[in-house]
Formats: sequence, structure tokens, C-alpha cells
Amino acid sequence: MSSINYSEKIPNNVNLSEDRTLQRALEGWQPNFINWWDDVGPEGSTNHEVYLRTAVSVDPQGWAQFGHVKMRDYRWGIFLNPGDANREVHFGDHKGEKAWQDVPGEHRANLRRIIVTQGDTEPASVEQQRHLGLTAPSMYDLRNLFQINVEEGRHLWAMVYLLHKHFGRDGREEAEALLQRQSGNEDNPRILGAFNEKTPDWLAFFMFTYFTDRDGKFQLSALAESAFDPLARTTKFMLTEEAHHMFVGESGVSRVLQRTAQVMNELKTDDPQKVRAAGAIDLATIQRYLNFHYSVTIDLFGADQSSNAATFYSSGLKGRYEEGKRDDDHVLKGQTYKVLEVQNGQLVEKDVPMLNALNEVLRDDFIKDSVAGVNRWNKVLEKAGIPTRLTVPHKAFNRQIGALAGIKMSPDGRVVNEQEWSARKDEWLPTAEDFAFVASLMGRVVDPGKFAGWIAPPVMGINRQPVDFEYVRFG
Amino acid sequence: MDMAVVNTGVIKQHLIDPEICIRCNTCEATCPVGAITHDDRNYVVRADVCNGCMACISPCPTGSIDNWRTMPAVKAYSIEEQLTWDELPAELTPEQLEAEGVDDGAAEAVQQTLAAAEPAAAAEPGTVAFNSAQYNAATPPWSAAHAYTNLYPPKSPTTATVVGNFNCTEAGFENQTHHIVLDFGTMPFPVLEGQSIGIVPPGTDAAGKPHHARQYSIASPRNGERPGYNNVSLTVKRVLQDHQGQPVRGVASNYVCDLKVGDTVQVIGPFGNTFLMPNHPKSHIVMICTGTGSAPMRAMTEWRRRLRKSGKFEGGKLMLFFGARTQQELPYFGPLQNLPKDFIDINFAFSRTPGQPKRYVQDRMRERAADLAELLQDGQTHFYVCGLKSMEEGVMLALRDVAADAGLDWDTVGAALKREGRLHLETY
Repeated sequence: MSSINYSEKIPNNVNLSEDRTLQRALEGWQPNFINWWDDVGPEGSTNHEVYLRTAVSVDPQGWAQFGHVKMRDYRWGIFLNPGDANREVHFGDHKGEKAWQDVPGEHRANLRRIIVTQGDTEPASVEQQRHLGLTAPSMYDLRNLFQINVEEGRHLWAMVYLLHKHFGRDGREEAEALLQRQSGNEDNPRILGAFNEKTPDWLAFFMFTYFTDRDGKFQLSALAESAFDPLARTTKFMLTEEAHHMFVGESGVSRVLQRTAQVMNELKTDDPQKVRAAGAIDLATIQRYLNFHYSVTIDLFGADQSSNAATFYSSGLKGRYEEGKRDDDHVLKGQTYKVLEVQNGQLVEKDVPMLNALNEVLRDDFIKDSVAGVNRWNKVLEKAGIPTRLTVPHKAFNRQIGALAGIKMSPDGRVVNEQEWSARKDEWLPTAEDFAFVASLMGRVVDPGKFAGWIAPPVMGINRQPVDFEYVRFG
Repeated sequence: MDMAVVNTGVIKQHLIDPEICIRCNTCEATCPVGAITHDDRNYVVRADVCNGCMACISPCPTGSIDNWRTMPAVKAYSIEEQLTWDELPAELTPEQLEAEGVDDGAAEAVQQTLAAAEPAAAAEPGTVAFNSAQYNAATPPWSAAHAYTNLYPPKSPTTATVVGNFNCTEAGFENQTHHIVLDFGTMPFPVLEGQSIGIVPPGTDAAGKPHHARQYSIASPRNGERPGYNNVSLTVKRVLQDHQGQPVRGVASNYVCDLKVGDTVQVIGPFGNTFLMPNHPKSHIVMICTGTGSAPMRAMTEWRRRLRKSGKFEGGKLMLFFGARTQQELPYFGPLQNLPKDFIDINFAFSRTPGQPKRYVQDRMRERAADLAELLQDGQTHFYVCGLKSMEEGVMLALRDVAADAGLDWDTVGAALKREGRLHLETY
């Protein structure tokens, strides 16, 4: 079951050839996917041979096989973690029942919505990142970008498989629609706001992979608990791939900070203009990027009080992060959770039924995880003897969704009036001028072992290869 | 940590670099024995639980997982200690290790030994009549060093002293493979990688005749298991059943595996003047082996590694295909994994991993056809095959098909390999 059949058109470990109808349906979708990749996938990359990892099985030995391949020939396929025939639902109203191998009719609409929403983010990020290859700071980074792109493509496959296999005609139509919506398209945008934002430069890319792919990690972790077993097994395998994306973000920002700190020390200055003049990105700009990506990402968790979230949980569709490791009753009825709201110009905490606050619970888990990584970034500054520290802004800063939407709030958590917001907004969020400056640094550097001046080299290469390895062979 | 413990109480402790780790939880989710845990600060490995199975290594997105420190087992870093780290501690110096009562030889063995796996990986029988042995070269490569042979013929053996005997297999594991170091003192015993020596077990057989010698490939490079010493190492599997699986107690292998440090043994040899490595610094070496057939590969790899360390290396490629039944039967998997990727290109094939299709070395070779085809076309490439007889044909058929798929005429290529001493088969 766990070995992958590569002799088929669509590599899979789900015995696809035994279900001819499904196989034909997916083989019909496949050319559309390739067309989508050609149209809006990584720009100008058709002939590149990229040092990619490809799964040949879902076990530790097989899932990370490295070799140079053309991305178009990447073996996109359908891989599920091994199943457990005795698995039981471990939370919500169905707790203790056998996990579902098929979609119960009453949950069909909600499950489809969850899967479509998750699936929509995968091609969206490929679209958002499609021009970045033209301005890569190194061959190493270019390879990492492409690895992320092909794996987002595979994640789309994972969701499309579920739609085709379990949702009949509706599912097939949704699968088509996933290729038709386009990030930032006014007429037919992607479903979630953050996936319609531009990823204009590599600092934005690193912030996106650090924060927004981490949202992916938490959403996938919550779905990996699902009573719908095929969804749980699919998302578990996706999580293994997702880790690389967050690594690119965390190490990317870390390397930017390292370079900036080095320039500051060489010039003995903390003047942003001097740092910029030396071709590095000043810490204030990095902080503003962080504020933006953090706040946009925490919006992705949805409204702080949501009856949908309660329904998803109680009906067993979506658990909490590490549901299995928590020691409460896993039903949560009668329990409360604190959410924020503004009363009389002040932020106040208020207890609400926990089931309705599950978006907030997941958001808070995400925040804790994010802050830990920001602290690791600060270690880079600390080690370099730079006193400045990065911080994540207040949870209510720059929010567009939920009870905190539209509130004017400083990053340190003060409600501010319209004048102060207007006067200081440019201190807190990246300005057109910041974007223009960062864009001015984005020259393409792709000789093996060479790095753009605004970023430090990584401490080690991919898969024990040297840093100056030829990660991409240009055709 | 049974796997990495040798009887001197030294371990290669598995650690995670907190400066590089992104706390993604992949390793903890992957670890089959629950050796990895975490708190809000760090991910850490329990030294007493980790069995060195390496399942966590390739899924780690950062490479932070792949850190090892030679430590006296009793001084292994506790998880409490690891949880406070902001960076990894430095490797203990030989002096510090010595102060802890760890001698050089033991540390060296832990670090460098590429012990052999259980012979396994039987080849699928070929469907066409194909005489694989006909391609075996009768001459060494042109740049091989001159080999001394038969300095000590069966009638006049020399004496060696056992200076190390490590069971490099997991305790309690049914198949034992030993890494044995023999020292010749002041007696000359010059060897080259690829040569073998004979060991004469004491006593007589059932018919009352003295036992005849058993031959073992040396696993150490020409300048000694420990550089600069007059010693060699062997990789010996304790034979408890014959090739058909019938119980049989191998006389010589059990004698050798039971040797104690300080014991003396009767040795004859050295033997072999064709299965020798090229010395040309730009020559490429493709090594294909199963089980204890890894001994000469370990010797060649280690010699190249030492040359590279001293800068006498000009980028000749090393490629290894190593087959075993399971990863657990590759007890010193770790040291091999620690060799840099740009130094050696390692391909494992496991034929008995539960739930997995059988994969043999020739399957891995076929997967790497593109690179092998390139090497086949290079006159600097040398092939070495060592292991059970049954693998030979499958390996040669794979090579033939790789050549054919690359549009090469195998008859021409194979004949050239043989004529130029660039293809060597040593199977038993």
C-alpha cells in the first residue's frame, strides 16, 4: 500500500488502477493541470533541470529522493500516509466511532468546502511566486523556490484526488475551478485574501513561507486529526513536505538578518539609510514586512467566533492542533475561551464558548509557534551584538477579519485614533518606498556558490550537497 | 544506543543543532522508537533510546538533525542538558576523550568503520543466457599500485595480534558482523585495498586434518586501519547457517568473531593482484556490493577519503551501491551517511523492508542509469562488484541495459572494461 506505483501515468499509493472511473477522471484533469503549470507556474523555467526531492514511497527512506529533473516532469501524484484499519474518531460528537472511509452525506457540503479552501491555497501560492525565479539571490535559493512550487502543485493533487474520489460530479467541477481561479484576478480571485496579495520580492517570499506556510502547517495539522480518514492521511503526508517551506522562510529571513547585522557592524552604524546605501535591508524595513505578513496571515484563521468552526469540530471534520496530545475531554461542550474585543476604545478579554472560539484557539497556537521562530531570528542579532530585536505585532494589529477587523491599533497593542494611525502607519507597515527599495536589490544571482549582497549564504546545502553545488542546470 | 556502541563504551551520540533546527516536528513524528522529544525551546534526542536507524535524517528539511558526537556512553548528553542549548557543544578532542578513558582506536572505529551488512540481496535470475563472469578483468587498472602477494604462503604463515574486535551489529540481532583489527608488529605485511588475507583456524577438522585457511578481504586502506600503523581490519560475518539456510557453524568465522584483544592468529597472504583500485586522482570508482562484500569498498573509500583530507585528490567520482536485507543490517550506516555528498554518491537497496517491495542493488543502478551511462562512457571509470555470487548476474545485466539505453554497444564497452582492467568481480 505504501509503495508508489510509478509505472502509471499518475504515481500513487492508493491503487488507482483498480478504480478505472477515478483513474480516467484524474487522467482527464492531468493535462489541465499541466496547462495551468505552463501558463502560470514558475516563469521561464521550462528547460531548467532542478535538484528536487521526489517521493518514491511515504516511508522515511523513500519520500526524499533527490535528483535533477525538469519541473514539468516532476512526478506529481497521490500519496497517503499508511492507514490504520482500527482508527477511531478521537474528538467531537462522534468520538469513539470508527473513522470514516467515505464522506457521510450530512457532512458532505462542509467537507467539500474545507477541502476546496485548502486546495485553493496551493496553486495560489505558485501563482503568487511565479516571477520570483527571475530575481533569485542565488542558485541555492532558486532551487528552494522551485521545490516549494512543485510541492504546492502536489498538494493541489492531494486535494483534487479527494474531490474526485469522494465528491462525484461536484468534486470534479470544484477540481476544475481550482485551476480557473487566479491569484489577484479581479473577476475570479483565489478564495482567501492573503493568497491574492502579491509576493513582490524575496523578503516577502521568505516572510510568506515563514508565516503563511505556517498557517498551512496548522490548518493541515488540524485536518490531519479529521474523522474523515482519507483527509487525515493525505494531510499527514503533506505536513512532511510543508516543513521544507517553513525552513525556507525561517532560514531565509535569518540569512537576511545575518547579512544586515554584518553590514551594520562593518559600517558601525544603525542608520537605516547607511545600511540601505550599503545594499542591505535595514532592520526597520524587515520589521515592517514582518508586521504585514504576520497580520495578514493570522486573518487566515477566520473569525474569532465562528459557529462553522464549532460545527466542523463537533462533527469531527477538523480537530485542534495536536488534538491527540491534549488531555481534555475532546468534546469541549461547556468550556470557555478568551477572545479579544474593543469596548469603549479599550481592548478587553471576554469569555466565549470554546467550541465557537476554535479559530482563535488555532490562531493562538500559531502565534506561539511563530513567536518562537522570531526569537530564533533575534538570536542572530544577539550573536552579532546588535541590540535591536524583532517582535510580532499585537494580535489585533491590522486585522481585516473577525471582531478586531478595521480597528486602528498600534503594533504594541494600543487602540489609536485615525490621526495617529495615518501619521504612523508608515512606521508600522511597509510603504511603497520600502517595496521600491527592496525591489531595487532584487538582481538575479545564479552562479553556483554566489549570493546577492543583501543575504548571507546558508550554513549548509541541501541533502548534504555543498553550498556551491549546481542546484539548477539551465537548459 | 546499542547500534553505535562498541564494547569500549563509546557512542556516536545523535544530536540536533538548535541553531539550524526550525522545530517543525518532522523528526519526532518520524522516529520509529520515540527517541526524539521537545519543549518550547529545543528538539532533542535521547541517547539511550536512539538506535541510529537514520529514519529521521532525510525527512529533516534543515539538515540540523545530522549531527553526531563521539562520547563515552556514560557521559552522553542528557536531554535535560540538550534542552538548554543555544548551540551544539564542540566535538571532544582526542585528549579529552583519552581523559575519559576512551582510546584512540575505539573512537576511530566508531567514527570510520563502515562495517558490512548481512549478505543478502540475491539477484533476480536473468531471463537470457548471460555469462557475467566473462567480463571480469584479468589485469589491474593501469594506475594501480604494485601488489605484493604470497609473502606468507600456507606453509609458512605469520602471526598477527588482535588489537580490536567490535561487534558492529545491534545486540541481540541474529546476524552478527564483526570488525576485527589485526596488528603485524614488526613483520612486513604490505597490502592494498581490494586484496585479501587468509586466516588459519587452529585445530583440526573432523577428519583430523588441520583446518585450511579462510580468505577475507581487507577493509582498511594501505596505510593501516589506523594510519601509520602496521595493521589491517577485516569485516567478518559470523556464519550460523549455510546459503540454503541450513544451520551450520562456520569454523573460521566463529573463531575470528570470538577472538579477544591480545589473542594471536596465524595469517597467510596477501592475495590478489587484479581487484585493485586506480591511483590516478581523476579516476572514478563505481562500487557495487552486498553484505561483507563492502569490505574492499570500505578500504577504497577510506583511502580516497584520507587522500582528499591531505589534498591529494582531483575530483575523481565515487559511487556506491550497497545492498542489504534491511537498514538494521547496516550497523554502521551512520559513518557512511556522514561522508560528504560531493565525495561519495551513496545508493542503498534494502530487499526485506517490511511493507516495501524488494529493492536490489541492480534496481538502484537502473534508477541511476543517467549517471551510470555517463560514467560508462568515461575511460577513467572503474567498476568493482563484491558480494554473494547471486548478485553478479543481475548487476552485469543492469550495466548492460544501462549501456544499451544510452545507445552504447555493450559488447564494445564490456570488452574495453575487461581489457583495460576497469571491471572487477569478486563474488562468493
